[in-house]
Amino acid sequence: MRVSNIGEYKDVWVFIEHDCGKIEHVSLELLTKGCQLAKDIGCKVCAFSVGENVEGFSEKLAEYGAEKFYFIESPVLKEYRTEPYRDSLLYLIEKYKPEIILIGATTLGRDIAATLATKLNTGLTADTTALDIDFESETKNLLMTRPTFGGNLMAVIYCPDNRPQMSTVRPGVFQAIKNPVNIEKIREEFELSEDKIPKKILEKVKTDSDKVNLGFYDVIVAGGRGIEKKENIKLLVDLANILGGTWAVSRKVVQMGWAPYSRQVGQTGQTVHPKIYIAAGISGAIQHIAGMKSSEIIVAINKDPQAPIFDIATYGIIGDAVKILPRLTQYFGERLKAGGSNEKD
Amino acid sequence: MHSLVFIKQVPDAAQVRVDYNTGTLIREGVPAIINPYDTHAIEAAVQMKDKFGGIVSVLSMGPPMAEDALRKALSMGADKAYLLCDKVFAGSDTWATSYALWAGAQKIIQENGPVDIFWAGKQAIDGDTAQTGPGLATRLDIPLVTCAIKIVELNLEKSYIVVQRLIEGGFETLQVSIPCMITVEKELNTLRFSPLPDLIRAARSKIHLLNSSNVDIDPTKCGLKYSPTKVKRVFVPSKRERGEILDVNENNIASVLFEKLEPVLRKMNKL
Repeated sequence: MRVSNIGEYKDVWVFIEHDCGKIEHVSLELLTKGCQLAKDIGCKVCAFSVGENVEGFSEKLAEYGAEKFYFIESPVLKEYRTEPYRDSLLYLIEKYKPEIILIGATTLGRDIAATLATKLNTGLTADTTALDIDFESETKNLLMTRPTFGGNLMAVIYCPDNRPQMSTVRPGVFQAIKNPVNIEKIREEFELSEDKIPKKILEKVKTDSDKVNLGFYDVIVAGGRGIEKKENIKLLVDLANILGGTWAVSRKVVQMGWAPYSRQVGQTGQTVHPKIYIAAGISGAIQHIAGMKSSEIIVAINKDPQAPIFDIATYGIIGDAVKILPRLTQYFGERLKAGGSNEKD
Repeated sequence: MHSLVFIKQVPDAAQVRVDYNTGTLIREGVPAIINPYDTHAIEAAVQMKDKFGGIVSVLSMGPPMAEDALRKALSMGADKAYLLCDKVFAGSDTWATSYALWAGAQKIIQENGPVDIFWAGKQAIDGDTAQTGPGLATRLDIPLVTCAIKIVELNLEKSYIVVQRLIEGGFETLQVSIPCMITVEKELNTLRFSPLPDLIRAARSKIHLLNSSNVDIDPTKCGLKYSPTKVKRVFVPSKRERGEILDVNENNIASVLFEKLEPVLRKMNKL
């Protein structure tokens, strides 16, 4: 059931997710990737968004290479709700017919992407970790690589007969690189009435005061169940500070309530690839490994010599992370530049 | 009230291993289970039934062995179980799956009456797409609530439900008109142990089989052939080589590791 007008679909569109007036970093990462795909296909990379007040994003979007910015503004779109967001985004997509749509695989992105794809009767690939153009295909199809079966297997997915080709992409997979261009703003009007929205937001609570993009850091000190108690998170923080990096945890630690979800690395958390990843007391479940295995150097500290983390570690230390971390902090502290911090952004 | 829970039988992902020589998944001996998120959706629907009365229907799509998952759902307190089982569904992507489940749901609505709340797990642990629930809500043309962590209130008279759901960095409380579709996190509830009589009832219950001949469904929207997404190829991600176990003792541990990391720390301008 190939759509007959496949040639009418043009340009790479990146959904601009925003929260409290700030663009989510993953949207900028996707603009950078979108620029490359657009170059490969020979088309434009465009940003699109809806909200109460989004026009002002255009300056930042231009810095990251967006040649056009399609948007709709309405007070009804102040806070994210699936249905009015979907209907207004759908209006833009159906009017301008992009060839490719990229959406960050955040909670919001995953919520909106599938409902859009269903309305558009097109394919959607979740959580891709690589995007390439198939130059051998006549229609220059997008090849979307994604992990499946808990990261045990990678699948290359494509959408040959339907448009747009849609994908959600994990935050942190691609880098955001500035590439300033002139941007054309295209405002559209879409009629929305609050009475017709089937959903009211009664309360919105932010529990993670420290919303952190782990992908920014070139050193990550991560802790697992082997750190034994909540108080020992401090051991991760201390070493991370000395190394000018940040700290993270495994899913188990989040489940125990020792750290917020925003610090979780892995299949259901963030994907990271720092220069140095220190896994302290992390056994190395495949779901965790899926989120950090492309780190340049992996140091594993674990009491259990059979722990799977040692299979992927550059350097393994068999021992108790709770005892070893403070030793590393002390020694590295003496040897490294004082305040060797190089946090970005 | 009438709840309809969509469930999926999945291989226990935690036990799936890769054969690096052949590049395939080793599925032998890997148990098939109900997708863990879906068990919490069943529990949520049964809790609603306990409070408000009515029935819980469950629907799955899969091979004949998926009956096991449906029996498990019955043992957890569901009343009617349906399995969409037909060759035409084989190889469906999420678009085609949500279409088939939508068609199955229409049949269940005909038989058991209109549905107040549709439930599903947030995502399945084999595919991890989290796309089928939102796809179903869209096809059913009802509001969608993903990642639910708490049911605060259900008001059947005024036709709304109040639900807490996870958002990036926190949670929000929504008042949503029903019927609606809710996909759930594991935090939503605690699973109960099925008492023996329920297990016996489940074992004896009939699983209603649905297929393209007893459900009004367009076969040109089903299965591998009509799915918009196709699999070009699959591969096993390259395995990282096992590195070096450092021969250290308590006294030299830090200096040995430091020596190893020194070149890269220098390159990063931290020395």
